[in-house]
Amino acid sequence: MTQIQKKEGFADNLLQRHRLGNFWSRLFQISTGVGIIALIALLLNITNSAFGYVATENKVDPETLAINGIPLEQLHPIDLTYILEQNVSAGFFRVQNNEYPFEERTREEIYDLVIERVVEPEAVSTWSLFDSLIHKDEIEAKASEKYPNAELSFQSWINGNFLISPQSADPERAGVRTAVLGSLWVVTITLLFAFPTGVGAAIYLEEYAGDLWINRLIQTNINNLAGVPSIIYGILGLAIFVRGLEPITSGAFLGTVDPTTANGRTILSAGLTLGLLILPLIIINAQEAIRAVPGSLRQASFGLGATKWQTIWHHVLPNAIPGILTGTILAISRALGETAPLVVVGASTFITFDPTSPFSKFTTLPIQIYQWTSRPQDEFRNIAAAAIIVLLIILLSLNGIAVFLRNQYSNKI
Amino acid sequence: MTQTQKNYAIEASDLNLYYGETLAVRDINVQIEKQKITAMIGPSGCGKSTMLRAFNRMNDLIPSAHTTGSVFYHGKNIYDEDVDPVEVRRRIGMVFQKPNPFPKSIFDNVAWGAKINGYLGNMAELVEESLRGAALWDEVKDKLDKSGLSLSGGQQQRLCIARTIAVKPDIILMDEPASALDPIATLKIEDLMQELAKDFTIIVVTHNMQQAARVSDFTAFFNLDGGHAGVLEEYGITAEIFTNPKKKSTEDYITGRFG
Repeated sequence: MTQIQKKEGFADNLLQRHRLGNFWSRLFQISTGVGIIALIALLLNITNSAFGYVATENKVDPETLAINGIPLEQLHPIDLTYILEQNVSAGFFRVQNNEYPFEERTREEIYDLVIERVVEPEAVSTWSLFDSLIHKDEIEAKASEKYPNAELSFQSWINGNFLISPQSADPERAGVRTAVLGSLWVVTITLLFAFPTGVGAAIYLEEYAGDLWINRLIQTNINNLAGVPSIIYGILGLAIFVRGLEPITSGAFLGTVDPTTANGRTILSAGLTLGLLILPLIIINAQEAIRAVPGSLRQASFGLGATKWQTIWHHVLPNAIPGILTGTILAISRALGETAPLVVVGASTFITFDPTSPFSKFTTLPIQIYQWTSRPQDEFRNIAAAAIIVLLIILLSLNGIAVFLRNQYSNKI
Repeated sequence: MTQTQKNYAIEASDLNLYYGETLAVRDINVQIEKQKITAMIGPSGCGKSTMLRAFNRMNDLIPSAHTTGSVFYHGKNIYDEDVDPVEVRRRIGMVFQKPNPFPKSIFDNVAWGAKINGYLGNMAELVEESLRGAALWDEVKDKLDKSGLSLSGGQQQRLCIARTIAVKPDIILMDEPASALDPIATLKIEDLMQELAKDFTIIVVTHNMQQAARVSDFTAFFNLDGGHAGVLEEYGITAEIFTNPKKKSTEDYITGRFG
């Protein structure tokens, strides 16, 4: 090949230009790499705590409870009830019997109660996932030396029981049920409030509001509100929803006050507070989506004699919906992960009963996680990690739904 | 500011159009003949597209635009307070430079305009009739449920024409309807325009001199006059404008000496 002739009047710097480009592209690769490493570290850290060996010691050896050589697992319900009566306080036995007579309970239910109240297994020591995998032999040796009576087993802290059990003071029996339900209730209220309001405001600002100073002021304010720290929204929610609108948020106006709360610290207050928090995000995202609808489409519609509303309803919104949904789901993910404003609004840190209406007391997953991580016992750290996995799974499912809905709308035509 | 005696399709009287402070079209007096094709030609930025949009108040959609003077349609100034621009745009349809079908099926593309305007007749018949009118029926009759965007550029433009005639306007405004198409698709559009002129009045903006000469009955030449845009230099029968222009600037433009 012949050498391409150098052009007069131009510097011979092609190699230099390529080198500069390569430098930047390498830099961007590194920053992507840092992000991926951080993400992997996060996931490893969580899974490390959520699984691992547990040494469990029973207060009473189940074998000593065998009657006539029949092991505990195979005993008749009547014998199990007898064991229970012998080993727990009379008061507890009476309360249990009054709540749900033992004659009507299944064998499994009574057996579970015997294990919980009589055998009382307790985790005496736990190990992380990596220790469990790498130093398996050492752990076994150490466990048999230090806790000769303990049983060593590999446990996933996130399991069926963990998902369906309510909060408990005992980490082995504590679950995320209350928190998951609370989170879902709060996010539903948030969505019902923020989505129609936000999209409506975006339509008004984009399609109807003229270029007046007042509209520009509103727009600037919305943009700034998106960056206000969430704790401030918590204080706002406390002032407006919990205190100011207490008759409404407590349910008093409907006569359905929850006797255990009787104030405004309800799911409704929390949902509306988070709604205010994500409102600017939804408005800004929906505005972007509406603005991205090609002008040629609007012109085509107007050119056929469509009114403004017909144009918006039939062309602008259907084309903006994928973008609006993407923005909404990002906002909802943010609401789902918020802790600070809910602490201020008054989320409970310890409730064991399910929320039943917008006027119930509540707790949410992030609050629960925060509360567990601040407990001294090691096991709470394990279930906090398990709860984080639950939270991440809920977030990912929400994102999955959003992607599905978006594709659904985009593929329509 | 009065209407002339003869019954024209549409006529502009002392029309001025501003974008903010800028005068884009000035003192236009023009009468468009019924069921004829009128071409509007002129160099880029001379205001011919703005003038076209003034005929069906599409300029209203631009916040900074405002108009003085009158456009008479059926004896009524369409810029009067009591005239609804939505009704004006249904009666005076528009086909745009770039084909812009809706992201809907071919059937819905044609039916939508009629539907929102409250068409009471048989929709399937109207769609077929409109697609035939736009010389597109034979190509799409087996795939009416396919997306309008799946068609080729020329077909999309004819779909846009079908959609426009489905709402049964009197006048069709075309803003460089063939400028984004290849020569064969362009010829089809031109043939279609001739066909449509039997039923509709057509006003077409074009940059293509041959096209103006081939299809139009009348030609309006707009020019930039000493830096001022939107001056109607000459208006008359196409054959005369092209063979015997009265003004030097017209002759220079159509012979390709500038613009």
